[in-house]
Amino acid sequence: MADAETSGGGIKIDPMSQFQVQPLFGDSISVFTISNVTLWMALAVLSVIALMVLGTRGRAIIPSRSQSVAELTYGFVYKMVEDVTGKDGLKFFPYIFTLFLFILFANVLGLIPMSFTTTSHIAVTAVMGFGVFFVVTIVGFVKNGSGFLSLFWVSSAPLALRPVLAVIELISYFVRPVSHSVRLAGAIMAGHAVMKVFAGFAAIGLVAPLAIGGMVAIYGLELLVAFIQAYVFTILTCVYLKDALHPHH
Amino acid sequence: MEGDIAQMGQFIGAGLAAIGSGAAAIGVGHVAGNFLAGALRNPSAAGAQTATLFIGIAFAEALGIFSFLVALLLMFAV
Amino acid sequence: MATDTPDGGLSLTPMPQLEFATFPHQVFWLIVALVAIYFILTTIALPRIAAVLAERNGTITNDIAAAEELKLRAAEAEKAYEKALADARAEAQKIAGETRDAIKAQLDEATAKADADISAKAAESEARIAEIRESAMASVRDVANDTTGALVAALGGAAEAGDIADALEAELKGRG
Repeated sequence: MADAETSGGGIKIDPMSQFQVQPLFGDSISVFTISNVTLWMALAVLSVIALMVLGTRGRAIIPSRSQSVAELTYGFVYKMVEDVTGKDGLKFFPYIFTLFLFILFANVLGLIPMSFTTTSHIAVTAVMGFGVFFVVTIVGFVKNGSGFLSLFWVSSAPLALRPVLAVIELISYFVRPVSHSVRLAGAIMAGHAVMKVFAGFAAIGLVAPLAIGGMVAIYGLELLVAFIQAYVFTILTCVYLKDALHPHH
Repeated sequence: MEGDIAQMGQFIGAGLAAIGSGAAAIGVGHVAGNFLAGALRNPSAAGAQTATLFIGIAFAEALGIFSFLVALLLMFAV
Repeated sequence: MATDTPDGGLSLTPMPQLEFATFPHQVFWLIVALVAIYFILTTIALPRIAAVLAERNGTITNDIAAAEELKLRAAEAEKAYEKALADARAEAQKIAGETRDAIKAQLDEATAKADADISAKAAESEARIAEIRESAMASVRDVANDTTGALVAALGGAAEAGDIADALEAELKGRG
């Protein structure tokens, strides 16, 4: 990650090149090219397999360490889905758990120096965000029919205010997938770019210790953010799903 | 350094947009602080509201990230 | 897009996030990855973890039930022990009482016998003492009689045996 270099005494900070999509073989990108995106997504999938499949291989009543971690992760998301959406949301648990694990591992793997963070790309998070949006909307209409529209018609508000609120609710509903995906990509991108900027300052002799200390601190914060963003993405998915299953305020 | 006035405008705009990040920080601090104040008054109810806390933080932070995004777009994409 | 200044300073790569040409590529691989994770989870991991958790819950419930039962049995055993202890104590008390009674009876018997013996012996002794006293008294009278006779004779008197005896009798009566 830290590849800022001095050129003629000035510093060269290039915080965006770490997000470049580069093909591993050849130099053009088509849909099926093997690129660093492919590599790091594959690593995320392998990590999921390592944790959830190899970790639980023992099927022990008294779990091993890796099995404990797998079970804790499972229990954490399971409880979140159950608490937020209720019992009937549990059939969406595999989808939500998939999203959570992918985002978590992509975020954490992205913190390895010189790695590529797949979740820092709007394209990736937008697919997940809009995926959630469409699933939630479809589920809402299938479950409640036109009753789903009562989500926008706030019956507890005075009648005169309801059309205004309906417009606001409608806008906020359609902004959801945008904020949902941009939040994840933006937070990850911002953290990595800030680290890159600090790395650039580390090239200046006097400031270097400060910059490196700052990087260490930011790295710790980023580890937290990696987890928090996965958590937030998941819990917002649960909240949207709850709106779809129980649209009455 | 010679640059055109449009580039100057971009950078100034990006800097102004970055103010939004600070505003979002205030918002996040507000959410967390009020949660803590409430949690200290009624610690038994605090555990159940952690999810709400994170949702609130996420909403507050999202707007800061939007302004960060605007700054980035001005810097790199316009 | 890019704002490259040839004369140094900031040189900025355009945002790679906005290179739309790479979008289909990323989306394709993202969907592959998500589908892979989804299938791995639903076919292997989730059923396995759910089974393990259910099994563990079952085991814990069973163990708690077994522990409950053992506790009950322990309580029962304690009760039985208490009962046995109380029985044993009562038995011991009974035996002690019986023994005490028996010993008391024997003791009473022996005491009564001893009392009887003692009173018999006392009576016998009393009889003998009375006898001895009687004979002693008789001897005293004889001795007095003789002494008086001898005294009278020595004084030169001659007295009838009957007079002396009468005089003695009167004297003894006068002294009480």
